[in-house]
Amino acid sequence: MTIPMLPFRILVFLLSCVPLALLLLDIATGSLGPDPGQTVTETLGLSALQLLIVTLFMTPLARWTHWSGWIKVRRMVGLFAFFYAALHLMAFLQFILGWTDLWATFTKRPYIIFGSLAFLLLIPLAATSTKAMVRRLGRRWKPLHRLIYPAVALVWLHFIFQARSDITEMVIYGLVVVFLLAIRGYWFGWHSLVPLRAAKRR
Amino acid sequence: MLIKKRPSWALSHSDVTPESVYLDRRRFMGGMVAAALAGAGVPRLVDAAALPIQGESLEFTAMPGFSTDEEKTPYEDVTRYNNFYEFGTGKGDPAQYADEMSVDPWSVIVEGECDRPGTYALEDLVRPHDYQERIYRLRCVEAWSMVIPWIGIPLADMLKRFEPNSRAKYVYFETLHDPDQMRAQRSLFSTIDWPYQEGLRMDEAMNELSFMAVGLYGKTLPKQNGAPMRLVVPWKYGFKSIKSIVKIRFQEERPKTTWEMIAPQEYGFYANVNPEVDHPRWSQKRERRLPSGLLSPNWMETRKFNGYGEQVAHLYKGMDLTKYY
Repeated sequence: MTIPMLPFRILVFLLSCVPLALLLLDIATGSLGPDPGQTVTETLGLSALQLLIVTLFMTPLARWTHWSGWIKVRRMVGLFAFFYAALHLMAFLQFILGWTDLWATFTKRPYIIFGSLAFLLLIPLAATSTKAMVRRLGRRWKPLHRLIYPAVALVWLHFIFQARSDITEMVIYGLVVVFLLAIRGYWFGWHSLVPLRAAKRR
Repeated sequence: MLIKKRPSWALSHSDVTPESVYLDRRRFMGGMVAAALAGAGVPRLVDAAALPIQGESLEFTAMPGFSTDEEKTPYEDVTRYNNFYEFGTGKGDPAQYADEMSVDPWSVIVEGECDRPGTYALEDLVRPHDYQERIYRLRCVEAWSMVIPWIGIPLADMLKRFEPNSRAKYVYFETLHDPDQMRAQRSLFSTIDWPYQEGLRMDEAMNELSFMAVGLYGKTLPKQNGAPMRLVVPWKYGFKSIKSIVKIRFQEERPKTTWEMIAPQEYGFYANVNPEVDHPRWSQKRERRLPSGLLSPNWMETRKFNGYGEQVAHLYKGMDLTKYY
């Protein structure tokens, strides 16, 4: 079965827009509750984490389904994750901090430091996502883009360090992240034994 | 004869939108714009009256001397934006799930260092007293705040009836613990060791500001706000104002409180509102008075003791409040 690439790309694009569209709809209809700044910031942050997780699912999905379409949309999903993370950061600065108390916030609060580091790691990945940059970096592109692994771990720390009492949600996200990183560990360790091509031939 | 040729862009009379439809559309657009502005923080055009006030009407005396004249937080926000972790950590969870709790009949165990311990029915606890309305500021430790018209009785009046003895240095309170009725108490990954526990020093409890609320906005408390009876201690962070109380105990030693047990470096026993002492994860210098908006966030400076210093600052004379936070 061949799945046409263009409609798939468009579908993934539209799905990635859904969290933002829903948020804008809530803003337009005034249904964000009495503390909209907090809600917007949290929603954007969670969307960023979810899209990072989706990005990390693309490679395993390609291997399991033997379909390269997942890899072809991986960059787009990753850029969406970065986009939501950037909006999340802006929302935090604007709605939560009001651009005050910046120094203390970014130097003293561990969860902010984790989140900031994660965002800093994502910047070079977004910046080197163009075809021209991929070509220019050549063999160095792939190791650079492995920065997404520490980045997603930092995002999860950023998340759980905000927990007040119930960590159920963080635990669930944590299990998914651990699973995604563990697959990579398995691949790194057993790469020569289970190469992609060998799996394809089966 | 002049033949008037009708140009293609000209509309016949029948093409004109009937006035009623036109007006309807304007009204619709107006509604959309109003809604968008509301979300964007321009003062809301739709009043909170949109949500009818639930509960039984209560008779009370307004207490202007104990009330702020600041704008009240609308009823729908007071009752739909809550921290009541027994029903979930989301702000909307209590309004959604508190109905699973039954509050009638309700009794409270009174024990410890007092001459009249026992199990009291709610009616016996509150009926002998006349209800008052006090409009207090409520400052959450999470840096948002509300202004709420509570109905209830002075805590001191209730506690005195139990005749605490000289060994009663502290008073301890406990929330209902019943996982069947409180769904988040069934959570596997909660760090709270239920039941929720709080406490006050005796002189704090006897302060004229300390209040036992049974209602808000003129009617009995909605369940998500701590029905049928909750504490209101307006100079302390909101988590001190324990909800749905089932136990009151007078004791000599200082009780450990729930948040203190979870994160002692973040939440102290006193938990007085204090802009000079940051929460380790965020600043306490300012607060968002709800409802807040996106474009015009309702920021204000947080005041020491939530602005009630005149009535309570003397309780902490000589204490280092950066140590006893």
